[in-house]
Amino acid sequence: MISMTELSKKHVSPESAARLKKRKSAQKRLQMLGIMAITISGLALVTLLWSVFGKATGAITESYIEMTIELDADEIDRDNIRAANFSGMAKSMLKDSFPYVSGRTPRRQMYDLISVGAAFELRDMVMENPSLVGQTITFEFLASDIADLYLKHSYGQIEAAPHTGDISLVTEGKVTTIQSSAPDFAPLLVSVRAGLHAKAEGLRTQAQMQENGRVVFDQRAADGEDVEVNLAEAIRRGAARDQFYAQADELDALAAQQGAVFDLDSRTASVFVRVGDSWIKLETISETSGSGEILGEFTQDSYAAADWELMVYATPETARKVSDIQAMLLENLRDADKIVTHFNTHFFTAGDSREPELAGVWGAAVGSFWTMMVTVIFAFFIGVPAAIYLEEFAGDSRATRFVEVNINNLAAVPSIVFGLLGLSVFIGFFGMHRSSPIVGGIVLGIMTLPVIIIAARAAIKAVPPSIRDGAMALGASDLQVSMHHVLPLSMPGILTGTILGMARALGETAPLIMIGMVAFIVDIPDGPTDNATVLPVQIFRWADFPERAFEARTAAAIVVLLLFLFVMNFAAIILRKRFERRW
Amino acid sequence: MTFLTALSIVALAVLFYNFSRIRAISAANGVQANLHSRPSYHGLYSFLWVFLVGVTALIIGSILTPHPMVLFGVVAGLSAAVGIWTTRGITAETRARNKAERIVTGILWACAGVAVLTTIGIILSLVFETYNFFESLGWRVDKFLFGTRWSPLSGLQDGVMDPDRVGILPLMVGTLMITAIAMIIAAPIGLLAAIYLSEFASQRVRGWVKPMLEVLAGIPTVVYGFFAAITVAPLLRETGDLFGLKIASESALAAGIVIGIMIIPSISSLADDVINSVPQSLRDGSLALGATKAETIRQVVIPAALPGIFSAMLLGVSRAIGETMIVVMAAGQGANLTANPFEAVTTITVQIVMLITGDTDASTAAGPAFSLAFTLFCVTLVLNIVAMRVVRKYREAYD
Repeated sequence: MISMTELSKKHVSPESAARLKKRKSAQKRLQMLGIMAITISGLALVTLLWSVFGKATGAITESYIEMTIELDADEIDRDNIRAANFSGMAKSMLKDSFPYVSGRTPRRQMYDLISVGAAFELRDMVMENPSLVGQTITFEFLASDIADLYLKHSYGQIEAAPHTGDISLVTEGKVTTIQSSAPDFAPLLVSVRAGLHAKAEGLRTQAQMQENGRVVFDQRAADGEDVEVNLAEAIRRGAARDQFYAQADELDALAAQQGAVFDLDSRTASVFVRVGDSWIKLETISETSGSGEILGEFTQDSYAAADWELMVYATPETARKVSDIQAMLLENLRDADKIVTHFNTHFFTAGDSREPELAGVWGAAVGSFWTMMVTVIFAFFIGVPAAIYLEEFAGDSRATRFVEVNINNLAAVPSIVFGLLGLSVFIGFFGMHRSSPIVGGIVLGIMTLPVIIIAARAAIKAVPPSIRDGAMALGASDLQVSMHHVLPLSMPGILTGTILGMARALGETAPLIMIGMVAFIVDIPDGPTDNATVLPVQIFRWADFPERAFEARTAAAIVVLLLFLFVMNFAAIILRKRFERRW
Repeated sequence: MTFLTALSIVALAVLFYNFSRIRAISAANGVQANLHSRPSYHGLYSFLWVFLVGVTALIIGSILTPHPMVLFGVVAGLSAAVGIWTTRGITAETRARNKAERIVTGILWACAGVAVLTTIGIILSLVFETYNFFESLGWRVDKFLFGTRWSPLSGLQDGVMDPDRVGILPLMVGTLMITAIAMIIAAPIGLLAAIYLSEFASQRVRGWVKPMLEVLAGIPTVVYGFFAAITVAPLLRETGDLFGLKIASESALAAGIVIGIMIIPSISSLADDVINSVPQSLRDGSLALGATKAETIRQVVIPAALPGIFSAMLLGVSRAIGETMIVVMAAGQGANLTANPFEAVTTITVQIVMLITGDTDASTAAGPAFSLAFTLFCVTLVLNIVAMRVVRKYREAYD
């Protein structure tokens, strides 16, 4: 037997100290891992919210272009204002304001600066106030999504570059050549050269891919597999490879040329010479000269260094939606203080639209409201009685257990399955109307039912038996005990569970997509049987649209949805705190 | 008109409520104590009968869709007849309360039955379409379950699909890969967070972290989908480019990671519950023997809570498999049988959504869509049942 002294010796030996240290550091490690796990989840949450809120800021304001427009009495019939061509008037106003924009494509790009909705807003204003007909008014035209994004610098922007030389202009036909007394364009050549090299590199990568393909097909042919087809394919790829290499070499040679004149195109940075409101977009540049077409009017043959500006749009035209013409016009408008920004009211008052600047969440919010009304009526008025029955009346029979297992299973069924249930039963069998809040509400109600039953049962279970015994002792029947005593006392808990269930239903998307609530619906629904969409489905649809301006609006719609969820959860917490009773 | 008919039912019910009440009062001869049931119960009894008969007639009528006036007449007439029947012969001895309560209990029972009805509805609708679909395939269920090619709409001939193009194996593999990635993220993080929260964290830390996890759990999946598609997928692609890896923008990795983040809170809260329900005496015993806290957790608490933790993981898997929006927004659409998480894969839920929302004739797309949903339903059902069984068994061990 080991003696006490030996035992204590064992526990003060250096080995034991080392052991203890190891054991303690194991504990520290576990603790650190726990902290790391929590930090990671926290970081994930912060990143998610950060990226959503960050993107949503782009939708806070919207841009308007302030212009004067003549509401010609000849064009507008005072008795039938609706029929007047306001969109045509807006176009001719733009044409008159920028007479130097000519040609089909530049004109169309100019018209695209204002939203198609602006003409309708103008019409509505005139219809409200017919005395405006015949007057010349200043109106704020809603900018299109492209113009708005340019003004918010989402596509980069035109910026002034340093220059020191005086310039002289020589115009021959349409092309104007600019000669500078200093190598002002030299820094731009660096990027043009780099661009050419990069393009050559890209071509070489493509050539390499063709080569990889060629090898594969060659091998297949060698293996005797569809020899003719594979051989032909290998030869075709080989030719494509050589072509890519040749093009790449050509580009590299061009870039290496000294003192050369380089062509600028839509894949290089755009370079402009600007005097006041007039621009020359350069098509070619060398170190000291450039040439291009005039947009506007240049009154002098030469300008001192202080009188002209060298402007550069570093983002190539192909990499942005806004064209050079649009950017130049917007710069002119901005310098003339014609650009006004307002809080984005369209977003909060409009229904869906294919034009980002006209799209809003109001329609979806109202649709969500009607859907939630149906859901809460369905789920609450079936869920609570079911919970009362299961908790207060059902004995511990096999049938009861079956129902319980059923409810627990339903709570874990993927939501998309509920959507298919709605599709086949309510739309297929009962022939109910697709994309109406009533069908969506019932489907979400069925889905929320188990959640509410489980929450209500927990709340009912929390009422102490003494309440029931007291009521029974006074002669109340079973039903009276439940309805008059247990139910009122458990109501705060039931309501909390209901609100939380509603919050989950509000964010649910998949089942609603199944029953066809993804249709494009512009009108604001008036009731639960109208066509409608809901907030999460709206988010899903917008996230899928290619227009860049929808990204900010999608994020903003998410913020609106999260705000609703926050309010509901907050209400649930308040309810729990205020009315929760500890027995 | 339907609204008017419904309104008339309510009006009649209220009318007969008062009528019965008044008859009961008069039957009491001025002394209410004479009555077996209080007048309001006599009223309630009539109200319930009129209301239930009226509503039932209205629902049946709506399905049969006769002329609105006929419907109105029949419904109102039936309700009134039932109302008169209930008010007839009210005496002081009538046991109105017992009768009314029996009806109310019946209503409560029926409400509880809705849950069962829902399950039956789900199973019936899924089985019906699946049966038709398999029949059209000539009962080649083996091709459905083990086929390696999924493009059901490409092999369509006269509404019948080519059995060689309805193999769900690529979808299964895609779903499982995304689920596996999600669990690799969620299982350790969720479990470690639960251990820390239940065993180490102070009240104050719990007070901060628990709500944070609840916020994470409360974020709708469509928001996670947006996050996956707009933030995580491009980030992964760029990171991959840095290391010369080619990561598709709709890679399984992006969807899996975000689903993992989404199920962290459910795993951690379930695991937290089971860890907390391990009796304190077990911990005390271990600590008293000189074990450190970490040793107690690893060798006593976790083994004791293992069945519960296992079922928490199973529920997490079940959620990941059934998740729809994140994969619809961030995973691929083409069936691609691969084991490379950097490539785009598709899942069962994505294919259901594509089939149902696609341009194909609804009755044609329903076959494969409902069969996929039935498969999904069965898989999640088995997972849930196993999880629940394990939990029940484990609970019995310590009660």
